[in-house]
Amino acid sequence: MSESNLIGFRVSRAGPLALLQDAGRFGVRHLGVTQGGPADLHAWAWANRLTGNAWGAAALEITFGGLELVAEQDLTIALTGANLGTRHNQKTAPMWRTLAISAGDTLTFGTPVNGLRAYLSVAGGFCGDTVLGSAACVVREQLGGFDGQGTTLQEGDTLAVNRTATTPASQVAPDSEQRDYRQAPILELLPGAQIATFTGKSLFEAFNAEWQVDQRADRMGVRLTGPRLQCSIGSLVSEGISLGAVQVPPDGQPIALLNDRQTIGGYPRLGNLTPLAASRLAQCLPGQTVRLRAAGIDSALRQHRQFLAAFR
Amino acid sequence: MKQAQLPSLERAGLDGWMVRLFDSIEENNLLWLTALAEECEAAFGDALIDLVPSYTTLLVVFDPLRISPCAARTQLIDILARLRPVEAGTSGTLHELPTWYDPHVGPDLQRVADLSGVSVESVVEAHSSREYRVFALGFAPGFAFMGLLDETLTCPRLDTPRQKVPAGSVAIAGQQTAAYPVVTPGGWNLIGRTPTRLFDRNREGFSLLRVGDRVRFVPVSRDEFESQGGDATPTEGESTR
Repeated sequence: MSESNLIGFRVSRAGPLALLQDAGRFGVRHLGVTQGGPADLHAWAWANRLTGNAWGAAALEITFGGLELVAEQDLTIALTGANLGTRHNQKTAPMWRTLAISAGDTLTFGTPVNGLRAYLSVAGGFCGDTVLGSAACVVREQLGGFDGQGTTLQEGDTLAVNRTATTPASQVAPDSEQRDYRQAPILELLPGAQIATFTGKSLFEAFNAEWQVDQRADRMGVRLTGPRLQCSIGSLVSEGISLGAVQVPPDGQPIALLNDRQTIGGYPRLGNLTPLAASRLAQCLPGQTVRLRAAGIDSALRQHRQFLAAFR
Repeated sequence: MKQAQLPSLERAGLDGWMVRLFDSIEENNLLWLTALAEECEAAFGDALIDLVPSYTTLLVVFDPLRISPCAARTQLIDILARLRPVEAGTSGTLHELPTWYDPHVGPDLQRVADLSGVSVESVVEAHSSREYRVFALGFAPGFAFMGLLDETLTCPRLDTPRQKVPAGSVAIAGQQTAAYPVVTPGGWNLIGRTPTRLFDRNREGFSLLRVGDRVRFVPVSRDEFESQGGDATPTEGESTR
C-alpha cells in the first residue's frame, strides 16, 4: 500500500473467475499481446459512471458468481451487468445505482439469475498492477490484474483501491440502460470482405437461423452451434483479428471472438459483431439462443460513437 | 475465390481496416508491410489504436471518435499511392539465438531427420545456416513466426500437440520456425532450445522479436547453453508420428 491507495476489500471466498479489467491493453497487439478489457463494455462503463470514475478505471468483472468480498473501508460502489443473486450483507444488493457500504459489510455473489458477468466498481477505481500500459487481467498471457501476473482473485487476497477525496453523487442508470439479458438477443454484425465466399444457403441460414451459445465460451471467444455454414475457402494465411470477428472454421460452426482472442488467425470470417453486440453476447449463458442481423455501417457507427461520447 | 485486386482495403469492424498487400507469403512482403506500418503511425497519430502486421496484411485499428472509417480509408489510400518499401539491407534488427540442438531438449530431431531423409547433423546444419525473417507475432505474447525454412526440412505438425512445451524450445512446422517464449501447449516439432529470454518483463516492450526482424540460430554446446542460463530439463513426451 502507498499514500495513494488503501485496502478496499478482502476476498473471503473466491468464485470461479473474477478479474480486474480496465479499458484494455492497446498498442501492443503487434507483440502478440491481446486486448483484454471488459467483455461487456456497456455494463463496465456504467459501473464506472455510477461511482464517478473516468473512463478506463479498473473494475472487477465477476463471471458466474461464487465470490464473497468483505469491505475493509467505508466505500462507494456500484454493481452493474449480470444479476448474480448478489447480496449486500443479508439483503439483495441493489444494482445499476450508486451504493454506499460500510467497513465490515459483505458482498456475496450467488449464481446467474440474469446474465453471466457482473461488474463491481468502487469510487476512485481498483488499483491494479499496470503491465504494458494496462491493468487488464489476461489469465492466458499471465499479464495484469492486482499482481501483474494475470491471476484471478484468490481467497485471502486484499484488493487495493485508489484514495479519493470526493464522494460521487448518487445516481441510478435509466431503466432503458438496465439490460435484461434473459431475452434472446439479435446481434448486429457488420459484413466483412470474405462474406462472399460463403454459399448463398449458408448466408441465408447465418442471418435467419437460431444459434445456440455453446459450452465452449470464454473471454477468448464464444462458439455458436446451429446449421453448418459452408465456405469456399478452408483457411487463409493468418491475419490480424479485430474485436467481434465471427470466424467460421471447417466444421461450419461460427466463433465470435472477444477481448482475449488470439491476435492473428486464419479462418474465413462472416464479419464483425458491433462492439455493443459483442458486449451483449458476453452476457449469454451456454444454451441461450441468439440471432445475427446484418448491420449497416452508418447506423452501427452512429450508435457506437454515441455510446463512446457519452462515457469517455 | 476470385482473385481480388491488390492492394485492397477490407472492412474489419467499425474501427478497423484490413490492408491486404499480397496473396502469398514472401520474405520481401515485410519490406512493404514495415513501410506501411511506419506511414500509418505518422499519418494517424493519436487516432491510431493498434497495428497488427502479419504475413500479407496489416490490420489498422483506429479510434472511431477521432477519425471516421471513411476518412481512415481515404488516409490509407493516400498512403498506398505513395508507398515505397524499406531498404532490404538495413531493415529489421538481427538477433542471434544460441541454440542447443539435442534430442534431450529437441525430442523431434530424429523424426525431422527421418521425414527429411537426412541425418540429424544435416537437420541442424540446414536450420542454423539460414537467416530468417519474423513474419508475424501471435499465438502467445512474443511468439514469432519465422521463415522460410530450407525446403528439405518442411514437415507437418505433430498429430497430437504436447500439453507443455518448455520455454525456449526451438521448433519447426511447415516452412516456418519459432522459439516458444513461455510454456504453452504446442504441436510444432521441437529440435533444440535457446537460453535467450524471448518475452521478458524487464525489457522495453517485453518481446525480443518484432515483425520484420532477422534471426539466426547459432549452435552451441550443452555447457554454453547452461552457462547462458539455459534450463536443460528434458522435454517430456515422446515424439508422436
